[in-house]
Amino acid sequence: MAEKVLMKGNEAIAEAAIEAGCRHYFGYPITPQTEVAAYMSKRMPKIGGTFLQAESEIAAINMVYGVSSTGKRVMTSSSSPGISLKAEGLSYLAGADLPALVVNVQRGGPGLGGIQPSQSDYFQATKGGGHGDYRMIVLAPASVQEMADLTMKGFDLADKYRMTAMILADGTMGQMMEPVEIKKPQAQAFDKSWAVTGTRGQRSHNVVNSLFLSPDVLERTNFERYERYRLIEETESMAERYLMDDAEICVVAFGIAARVAKNAIAEARKAGIRVGLIRPITLWPFPAKQLAAAAQTCHSFLSVELSMGQMIEDIRLAIECKRPVALCNRAGGIIPSPDEVYAKIVELAKNGGADK
Amino acid sequence: MIVFEKPKSLVDIPLHYCPGCTHGIVHRLVAEVIDELGIEGKTIGVAPVGCSVMAYDYFACDMVEAAHGRAPAVATGIKRSDPENHIVFTYQGDGDLASIGTAETVHAAARNENITIIFINNAIYGMTGGQMAPTSLPGQVTQTSPYGRDVKACGYPIRVCEMLATLDGPEYLERVAVNNVKNVKSAKKAIKKAFQNQLEGKGFSLVEVISSCPTNWGMTPQKALEWIDEKMIPHYPLGVYKDRSAAKED
Amino acid sequence: MTNEYLIAGFGGQGLLFAGKFLVNKGMMEGKEVSWLPSYGPEMRGGTANCSVIISDDPVGSPIVSRPNVLMVMNLPSLDKYENDVKAGGKIFVDSSLIGRRVERSNVDAYYVPATQLASDNGLSGLANMILAGKILKELGEFEDEEAVAASLKKVVSVKHPEMYEKNLTALKMGRDYQA
Repeated sequence: MAEKVLMKGNEAIAEAAIEAGCRHYFGYPITPQTEVAAYMSKRMPKIGGTFLQAESEIAAINMVYGVSSTGKRVMTSSSSPGISLKAEGLSYLAGADLPALVVNVQRGGPGLGGIQPSQSDYFQATKGGGHGDYRMIVLAPASVQEMADLTMKGFDLADKYRMTAMILADGTMGQMMEPVEIKKPQAQAFDKSWAVTGTRGQRSHNVVNSLFLSPDVLERTNFERYERYRLIEETESMAERYLMDDAEICVVAFGIAARVAKNAIAEARKAGIRVGLIRPITLWPFPAKQLAAAAQTCHSFLSVELSMGQMIEDIRLAIECKRPVALCNRAGGIIPSPDEVYAKIVELAKNGGADK
Repeated sequence: MIVFEKPKSLVDIPLHYCPGCTHGIVHRLVAEVIDELGIEGKTIGVAPVGCSVMAYDYFACDMVEAAHGRAPAVATGIKRSDPENHIVFTYQGDGDLASIGTAETVHAAARNENITIIFINNAIYGMTGGQMAPTSLPGQVTQTSPYGRDVKACGYPIRVCEMLATLDGPEYLERVAVNNVKNVKSAKKAIKKAFQNQLEGKGFSLVEVISSCPTNWGMTPQKALEWIDEKMIPHYPLGVYKDRSAAKED
Repeated sequence: MTNEYLIAGFGGQGLLFAGKFLVNKGMMEGKEVSWLPSYGPEMRGGTANCSVIISDDPVGSPIVSRPNVLMVMNLPSLDKYENDVKAGGKIFVDSSLIGRRVERSNVDAYYVPATQLASDNGLSGLANMILAGKILKELGEFEDEEAVAASLKKVVSVKHPEMYEKNLTALKMGRDYQA
C-alpha cells in the first residue's frame, strides 16, 4: 500500500488523473476548483503532458473534444458557472460518442451566485445541461480518497462507454484536506479504433461527428446510445449503505451532505431512532433499486441536499412515491448542520410515516 | 498522359455545394497541397458549422466536426495530443471564424498554435440562407440586412488578417481570392505555404480566401466572380499581412 | 476520542498553516483527520478560519460547528465563535490582539500574548505557532517532543529549511509560556 499523504480534494483529483494516464488538461480559472489547474500546470510540463489555460471554458471543453477525438485521455475542471459554459461541448461530446472526464466543484447559483459549496447543479449534471437526448455518468465523491478513486474510475467508465464522466463535487470536497492514497490503476485496454490519428495510408478515414441530417439515422443513433445507457443503469450504479439493516427511516444524501447526515444519524441512533443512510455514489445512474428496496422496510425518507431540493425528485421516482420523502436543505453556499438534520430525523420518527 | 485528375485527398463523391460556389475550388486546392506534400496519412482536418459543415465527407484524411466557431480550439487539442505526428487544419467560414468563434481564432493566433487555418470569406452566412456576416460589406443587402448593412446599427465588417496581424503570435497571414486563374494559382501557393509552415514547426498560419456565394448574393456565378473584383477586394485587399520567418530573413 | 478545532482570525495570520501542522500530527499518530479552510476573498485579509478534526473514529462532517478547541487571533472571531464552543472546551486567545476576556464560565480560557511574544523574539509571523504550542501543551500532546518536531518537518516547505527551527522555537515558546 502506498503511503497516505494529506492532500486537498482538488489536488487529489489532479494527481489521480495523472496516475490514470491523463496527459492533457485544459481549464480556466474559477473558485473553488483552481487548485486542479494550478496542480496540473506544475506537473504536466514535467511528465511530457499538456497544461493549457484556455481563453474560455468554451474553448477548454472544445480542446478536450479535440484530444478525445484522437483517443487520448483528457480532462477539464471548473465550477458551476463555468460548467454552464461547457454545456455546449458536453452535448457535442455526447453526440460524437467521445470519452472525457469533466470535474464540477460546485458553488452556489444561479447566475454568478457565490463561491461557497453547493449541490445545486444536480439537475444540470444528471438531466442534461446541454441540448439533446444524452446522459453523463455522474460520480459524487464524499471524501478526498473518493475524489481520487472516482477520478480514476471515471476515466475507465468514460473509455468503456465512450461518454463523459463527470465528478460532481462541491467546494468543501475540493478545499478540504484528508489523508489519501493514490492507488495504482488497473491497466485496461479500450477499443479506440474510431479515433482520428491519421489514416497512415492503412485505412479509410475516420470521422468524429455529431451531425446526422437524416432523421432516420439520427433516431437510430439515439436509440443505440440509449441501449448503452440502459446497460449502464443496470450495471454501474453505486451507493453506500450505512446502518440500513434495521432502519425505519432512510436518509438519502451525497457528497458533503452525506457526511453531515452521518453525524446526525449517529446522534439519532444514540436516542434509539432506527435511521440509516443510502449515499448515492453514482448520481447517474441513480441507485434506484437500492432505494426501492429500502421503501419495503422504511416508513419514511429524508433527502439532505445543498440545494432547493433536486435529488428528492429522483428519490420519489425511485420509490414510486410509496413513502413520504421529506427535505432537509440549505442553499446558496450554506451547509446544513448535523443539528438541523437531527431535528428532521426526530420529527420523522415521531410521525412514523403518517404523512402518507 | 493524365493532365487532370481528382486529388487523392478528396473522396470521390459529389459535393453538395451550389453551382458556381467556390468552396469546390478551395477544397481542391487543399487536397492538392496535401497530396503534393505527401501528408494525407497524418493529416486531421476540422470541419466547421456553415456551408462546409460536411467537409468531413469530402476530405479523405481523418476528419472531426467541430461546434460552431470552435474549430481552432478543437484543432489545438488534436495538435497538442501528438504534435510530431498530427498535421491539423481547420476549414472555416466567416460566421464561424470571425463571429461566433472570434475568441478561439484570436487566441489560437496569439498562442502561435502550430495549425493551419483555411478561412473562407464570402461576406455572408450561406448555409442558413444568406444572413449578414461579420464580413458583410457596408450597404450589402442580406436576409437580415434587407435595407443594406447599416454600419450605424450593426457596425463595420471585420478585416481578419489585418486584425490578427497586430498580434505578436501568428506566423503567417495572407489574403487570397479564387475568382480567376491567376488568383487561384496564388491561393494555392499560399495554402501550400500554410501547411509547410506547420510541417516546419513555424506556427499559426491562416489563409483568408475571398470567395463567392452566387446563390445568396443573388447573382450568376460569373457576375459573382466579377463582384469579388469590384466590391470585395477593394474592401479586403489581397496580400501577405504577416510572414514572420520571411521578415526575419530580410 | 475526537478533538474538533476551530482556528480563526484574519487571513495572513498563518491560521491554515497551524491547522495543517495539527492535522499532520494527528495523521502521523494514526488518527482519522480532516482539514477544511474557509476560502475566497476573505483569505486575502478578511476573516478566515480553518476546521480541523482529529479523531479515533472516521470523520463525518469536516465542518467544525461545535469546537472543543477554539483558537482565535482577532476580536470578531472570538465574538462569533465563543458561544459555539462545547461545554468543557478550551479557548486560546491571542491576548495581544484581543482586549477582552472570554465571558463563558463553562469553558477553560487561555490567554497568550502570542503576537507580542513573536515580535519580541524575532519570530514575527509565528504567533500562530506559539498558540499551537500552547494548545498541544494543554491537551497533553507536547510530551513527545520528537513527534511534534517530526510533524512540523512535514509541513515546513523544503525551500525554507530555516523556517523549521523558527517554527519549533515558536511551538516551544507557546508550551513554556506562563501567564
